[in-house]
Amino acid sequence: MSSTLLRTVPALRGALRASGAAKPAAALASTSFVRGKATLPDLSYDYGALEPHISGKIMELHHKKHHQTYVTGLNSALETIAEAESKGDFTKAASVAPLLNFHGGGHLNHTLFWENLAPASRDGGGEPSGVLKTAINEDFGSFDTFRKQMNTALAGIQGSGWAWLVKDKQSGTLGLVTRANQDPVSGPYTPLLGIDAWEHAYYLQYENRKVEYFEAIWNVINWKTVASRFEKA
Amino acid sequence: MVNFGNLLQYLAVQSPQQILSGDQLNTTAMAAYTLPALPYAYDALEPHISAQIMELHHSKHHAAYVANLNNALQSHVVAVTSSDIASQIALQAAIKFNGGGHINHSLFWQNLAPASSEEAKSEAAPSLTAEIQKTWGSFDAFKKAFSTTLLGIQGSGWGWLVKDGSGLRIVTTKDQDPVVGGEIPIFGVDMWEHAYYLQYLNGKAAYVENIWNVINWKTAEERFLGTREDIFKTLSAAL
Repeated sequence: MSSTLLRTVPALRGALRASGAAKPAAALASTSFVRGKATLPDLSYDYGALEPHISGKIMELHHKKHHQTYVTGLNSALETIAEAESKGDFTKAASVAPLLNFHGGGHLNHTLFWENLAPASRDGGGEPSGVLKTAINEDFGSFDTFRKQMNTALAGIQGSGWAWLVKDKQSGTLGLVTRANQDPVSGPYTPLLGIDAWEHAYYLQYENRKVEYFEAIWNVINWKTVASRFEKA
Repeated sequence: MVNFGNLLQYLAVQSPQQILSGDQLNTTAMAAYTLPALPYAYDALEPHISAQIMELHHSKHHAAYVANLNNALQSHVVAVTSSDIASQIALQAAIKFNGGGHINHSLFWQNLAPASSEEAKSEAAPSLTAEIQKTWGSFDAFKKAFSTTLLGIQGSGWGWLVKDGSGLRIVTTKDQDPVVGGEIPIFGVDMWEHAYYLQYLNGKAAYVENIWNVINWKTAEERFLGTREDIFKTLSAAL
């Protein structure tokens, strides 16, 4: 379970999509997690591939610097916890919880984000099809209504955070949730599609005009990935 | 935890012309908050904060908090006149966020000054720096502690030096939560990414290092020696 967040072997990357994302809290808390180090996943497209909707410069900084910082911070938090654990200092271990949540969440969120984006010339944009389309129509009325609700949720985030299309594990229905800062989607929800509303995700290109970014990003949503997450959830 | 009642009090202090009583409780009686002018030019803080950042930060971001605060307050007045308690409660988040954004940025602009000015020298704050040395052992130790706190903020927020009773403390507030309660904000540093990203990108440590060059110690000293009421009276004159 815990290893699904790692990339100790390439085959495990797919597992993140499949099931690891559904239980981030459990995975992150697991002591077996320290057996390997979290690593920065490769993007499956070039930094410039999402242009003109997301600039190459944003993508490069976002992946190479911001995501890397979360990976480094996560490994550092895990090391601190392992060391504290080995000394029986559980107070110290517990004090690292906020850092574990922040950096672990940042690693998880960005990993999911890169995978649910794709160049507009390839799998990006358009509308979902198949059972996902049916589910969106049933739970939101229409794709257009869903999109509008997601954009309203994104624009309403006060501070840094994310908006997610999620599947409720119990009812099986779709819903929208927002998360502050790098809090990951966990508990009763499986994350299907995440959009990063941190300013670093758009500021170099869109400055304060975040609504334009929220409009443009639909051109690079990878519905194949979202459908695959939905079907496996 | 922000005390919502206190926040409203501040907003009231900031806008003394606001009439919210008796039969004048209608939308036309609402005096709107306005964007305060900066006490220096947009490029005056260069090279530490670029003119582009300052212009966007002031004319777009701060202006948006002011506009959204006015909208929320106007809706709030309508909700009060129609005894719509549910709407009044629903509006509290928007009032807190945008009201906090307006207060925080107004305090921020005034606690910055061009690096070459006399105000930007810590000698302009003799009483405050003495108290800082007493509290942290040295001025450098304080700067280090403050910088570490700023860099530890997870997400958007602010770092503040505050006077709490007679002592000094470093506190952080998330998103646009303002410093409320009994604490007196002496100076604040905006750690939202929009405050530095165009110039420093992900290198926020460099922004934090450079912000020390443009702290207005004269304002800091005045706030340190004054009361909370003094601070917001000064502020209201500019709004």
